[in-house]
Amino acid sequence: MHLTREEEKMYDGEEGLAVEKCMEILVALGDIYGAEKLVPITSAQISGVSYKTIGDAGLEFIEELSNDARVRVPSTLNPAGVDLKIWKELGFSEEFTKKQLAIVDAYQKMGISATCTCTPYLVGNVPTFGSHIAWSESSAVCYANSILGARTNREGGPGALSAAICGRTANYGYHLDEGRRPNLFVDLETAVEGSDFGAIGYMVGNNIGGGIPYFKFKRTPSTDQLKWLGAALASSGSVALYHVENITPESKWAAKIVSDDKIEKLIVNKADINETKIKLSTTEEKPDLICVGCPHASLEEIKRVSETVAGLKLENMLWVCTSISVKASADRMGYTEIIENAGGKMVCDTCMVVAPIEELDYKVVGVDSAKAANYVPNMCGLDVVYNDLKNLIIEKK
Amino acid sequence: MNTKVTEINLLTEKFLYPQIKVLTMESKIIKCRKISKGYAEGEVILTKDPLSFLGGVNPKKGIVIDSKHELYNKNIAGKVLFIPSGKGSTVGSYVLYQMAKNKTAPLAIVALEAEPIIATGAIMAGIPMVDRPEEEILDLVHNGDIVAVDADSGFIKILKTS
Repeated sequence: MHLTREEEKMYDGEEGLAVEKCMEILVALGDIYGAEKLVPITSAQISGVSYKTIGDAGLEFIEELSNDARVRVPSTLNPAGVDLKIWKELGFSEEFTKKQLAIVDAYQKMGISATCTCTPYLVGNVPTFGSHIAWSESSAVCYANSILGARTNREGGPGALSAAICGRTANYGYHLDEGRRPNLFVDLETAVEGSDFGAIGYMVGNNIGGGIPYFKFKRTPSTDQLKWLGAALASSGSVALYHVENITPESKWAAKIVSDDKIEKLIVNKADINETKIKLSTTEEKPDLICVGCPHASLEEIKRVSETVAGLKLENMLWVCTSISVKASADRMGYTEIIENAGGKMVCDTCMVVAPIEELDYKVVGVDSAKAANYVPNMCGLDVVYNDLKNLIIEKK
Repeated sequence: MNTKVTEINLLTEKFLYPQIKVLTMESKIIKCRKISKGYAEGEVILTKDPLSFLGGVNPKKGIVIDSKHELYNKNIAGKVLFIPSGKGSTVGSYVLYQMAKNKTAPLAIVALEAEPIIATGAIMAGIPMVDRPEEEILDLVHNGDIVAVDADSGFIKILKTS
């Protein structure tokens, strides 16, 4: 791989051990994937935050690195394993939380904003069209590539962190035009809404693996709906980019490839979607914990949740997962109060996938996210029910 | 060439530096691609199964705990690990780092084809690593052989066959 003179110096340790290690990681990744050079980045999103996933091994590494590493580009952080403020109220242990706070502190020390959200694009980390970035967190990668038209591979935690510290990443895959060509045309024969989007993403992700789907919808989807679609695509498959006819910024370019290249076509009808929804549930029992906000809820989604539960008293616990920034707006708008009056809680910084909810006393988790439905059984060992919120709630008699 | 002198030299070498004698007699050099900087010499432990460090290896002891793996119950600590590639979760990179801190990590890693998890982990942990050896390395080296891995220059040297 070709390195500039400045990059050579970084690689040889002239800017310290942390930069040297990180450059070594970027060059190794570049060699493995056949990159010819590094490319400067404008933003990073760093995963590998929850103590549940990275454990003591991760904590030790991040703490040591934080002694002399600093990020060179605006960088945001993925969700942690607990709500950093109300962890006790939610039932999380002090032991876990102590380790969790140490991880977040170490990242903060490196100059990374402790946003603790999987939706950096809702809290000000919004890369421009065509910009090169290094994001880890598969759902955010899908959003940045598809909806914003920025360019990132599905970085791992250490790769994204190295890129943030060096201000560069290896130039291959989704950074290149060639890596962004669609290779499956998905035609939605039916109008879709709500939890349909997650089910479609889950189904197509399974079908396409690491490919690039091109969707044609009957009605224009909202950004929230596209967020659910992308999160599901990225969890059942390893999709990093999709195009939507007349909606996403590269769709005109992609449409030409679809018509010129005669790519494979997948027709999706209502029956397929319904069948997938049933498959996503592992039980028919009613959930004792409902978790919405995977990926983290937008203000608009929280508004809808508050409308659904307004005036009710819920039998099941309800968590609305989001970032502290979005929660601040929800507080001001009065949505938080409505949700809390119904017995629900606004949960920040974490979610049902990376929090150790298996340590709490819940048995069945209700979700409206196909990504969450896909991960909760394996990551938490709990049963899961997939449906729209209105079908998950049980009113107190 | 003076045969006598050579003989004397060999005798002197054998007497003074018995180990080096063995090295010069049997060493074979195989070119590789550099992945993680460094140099190490040690005993070979080899497998034809890809290895996952998360859940596959006990980081406190360096023992392979994946019961389906060829190296099940074997200790990889302090050895030169030959693998086809890595697999599994990205958290495996941190596990390799933790093993280095616990002094249970392999001395060096040789992969047929490096993948991001082990490559990143080896660099984080400061473990020399190379890949793409130019010969059929998994047939050429055997458990117990002594090899040198030079990841700064990009080659492996077989120092002693078992």
